[in-house]
Amino acid sequence: MFDDRYTLAYKRYPYKKSADQDAATPVRHPVVVMGGGPVGVATALDLGRQGIPTLVLDDHEGVGMGSRAICFAKRCLEVAGRYGCGKPMVDKGVVWNIGKVFNKDDQVFEFNLLPEEGHEYPAFINMQQPYYESFQLDRFEELQKDGAPIEIRGKNRVDSVEVHDDYVTLHIMTPDGPYTLEAEWLVGCDGAASPLRTMLDLDFTGKVFQDSFLIADIKMKNDNFPTERWFWFEPSHGGGASTLLHKQPDDVWRVDFQIGWDVDRKEEMKEENIRRRLDAFLGEGVQYDMVWSSIYTFQCKRMDSFRHGRVFFAGDAAHQVSPFGARGANSGMQDVDNLGWKLGMVIRGEAPESLLDSYNDERIHGADENILNSTRSTDFITPKSEMSRLLRDAVLDLSEKHEFARPMVNSGRLSVPCTYDGSPLNSSDALDGPARSRPGSVCPDAPLGDDFLLNKLGDKFILLTIDADAPDVIEEAGIQVTRLALSTTDDKSGALRERYLGDNDKAVYLIRPDQHVAARRPSFDENQIRAAIRRAIGKE
Amino acid sequence: MTDLILTPNIDGVDDFYAELLAAHEGLSKEDSDALNARLVLVLANHIGDRAVLSKALKAAQLSD
Repeated sequence: MFDDRYTLAYKRYPYKKSADQDAATPVRHPVVVMGGGPVGVATALDLGRQGIPTLVLDDHEGVGMGSRAICFAKRCLEVAGRYGCGKPMVDKGVVWNIGKVFNKDDQVFEFNLLPEEGHEYPAFINMQQPYYESFQLDRFEELQKDGAPIEIRGKNRVDSVEVHDDYVTLHIMTPDGPYTLEAEWLVGCDGAASPLRTMLDLDFTGKVFQDSFLIADIKMKNDNFPTERWFWFEPSHGGGASTLLHKQPDDVWRVDFQIGWDVDRKEEMKEENIRRRLDAFLGEGVQYDMVWSSIYTFQCKRMDSFRHGRVFFAGDAAHQVSPFGARGANSGMQDVDNLGWKLGMVIRGEAPESLLDSYNDERIHGADENILNSTRSTDFITPKSEMSRLLRDAVLDLSEKHEFARPMVNSGRLSVPCTYDGSPLNSSDALDGPARSRPGSVCPDAPLGDDFLLNKLGDKFILLTIDADAPDVIEEAGIQVTRLALSTTDDKSGALRERYLGDNDKAVYLIRPDQHVAARRPSFDENQIRAAIRRAIGKE
Repeated sequence: MTDLILTPNIDGVDDFYAELLAAHEGLSKEDSDALNARLVLVLANHIGDRAVLSKALKAAQLSD
């Protein structure tokens, strides 16, 4: 009845019979989340911190085995930080900044992610996905102990759903047999193969790439490879048409070989064949243990809509990209960041249901940006026509000698947070300020004494004033907006000025609970700010 | 905005053409194609202006 689809790395939420299973009539929950992966658990963290009862259903009992996603970007860590589990991730993860690109066997250039000073979190960390999930689950349990109304049920497999106008019925299978639940809102975080998407017969369209990659995660003590991202185009070792080497914690390395489309997966997955590729790549006599391996093909696809009435889709269930650029898990976390506060406000009756459509608008925008970037990287890494290869090779050959061609080399454009340009929640930009903090942008972090700006912003609506007057609290349309008053006299690093003022002496920013800018102005204007608040919660 | 120049603009155009042919002399088809691809990229970077580059692509496509 329960066939495990994968082996667990950590059993975290063993099946326990719930009272709901014996209820005479189906128990109704405010929010049910399908899927206990990184995105599903993050959804519960977000809503649970708002005090909204959230039930996560997962068909397994813990964290799946395998490194899988390994690159976690700054925005993802900032969001995890707000949920209370960012610090242990950074402590465990490997921080890296340098990338090297090789054409055949010659290094053509190296790049530095040039992490800007004055951010609490690094540009990227590498860490095996099971660690990421475990830190989230640790936080989940902490929040439960503190009384947050969140729960996760293992071996609870949703077999069918009925979507009604104002609730969803879920038919669930457990080791004790079936039971039925109702959810006022259902969030599908059930992964790229999303059973929920299939149950609702919803389209998932896009482009499938005809190539396969072999991941071999190996454990080795090796000082020859520093903590950098190394990418080879057409390496002569022949282990793969392209090869990526990237460090993870615990002396584990990710090796990713491009092995072509027509491969015999079963044959390629044999240890002796994986080792043959690895030996060709690493050289004879290098000792290593194999940790995890997998062959993957990939696609860039998304659903037409991420909201279907009372049902939302988030993460891989809603959109899928190629792995180049680390835009999978990182964009899933941005989905949660976007949906959490909106769903919270609607459930509390503070905002109209139409606010939830902006989740669709904004995250479709994000998904399209990710798909565009990852498609372009894929076209560069695995050129599919003779001319596409010719131009790609021309870029690589030129890049070794001439600086101009280096930005054209595309071995993955690394995930940066999406700016919601054109979002219906934005007010028009009234400040001639820095482009990076225009309405729709995520607030760039900045040091504030021993602390950081993003910590001070937290997860409520904030009126950030920099050397500008404004009331300490504004009540508008049933919500309270609190002022955070800052001054450039305390801005020793100058980061606040550079990131928020530009050439202006003062500024006022209206910031959303997900720390995106909703509006900005050179000074406080009561009518304009009140209108901006209404607009940001879907009431204008 | 700069317009794409589609009127004669190279002094000693015959010399240039001869130099272009000479660069390809003795090359295999494959190496010639690669040279052309590199040349396109070098020239495109020199032009830089995105609008001009789009117009150049259109002009090369012989579309109206």
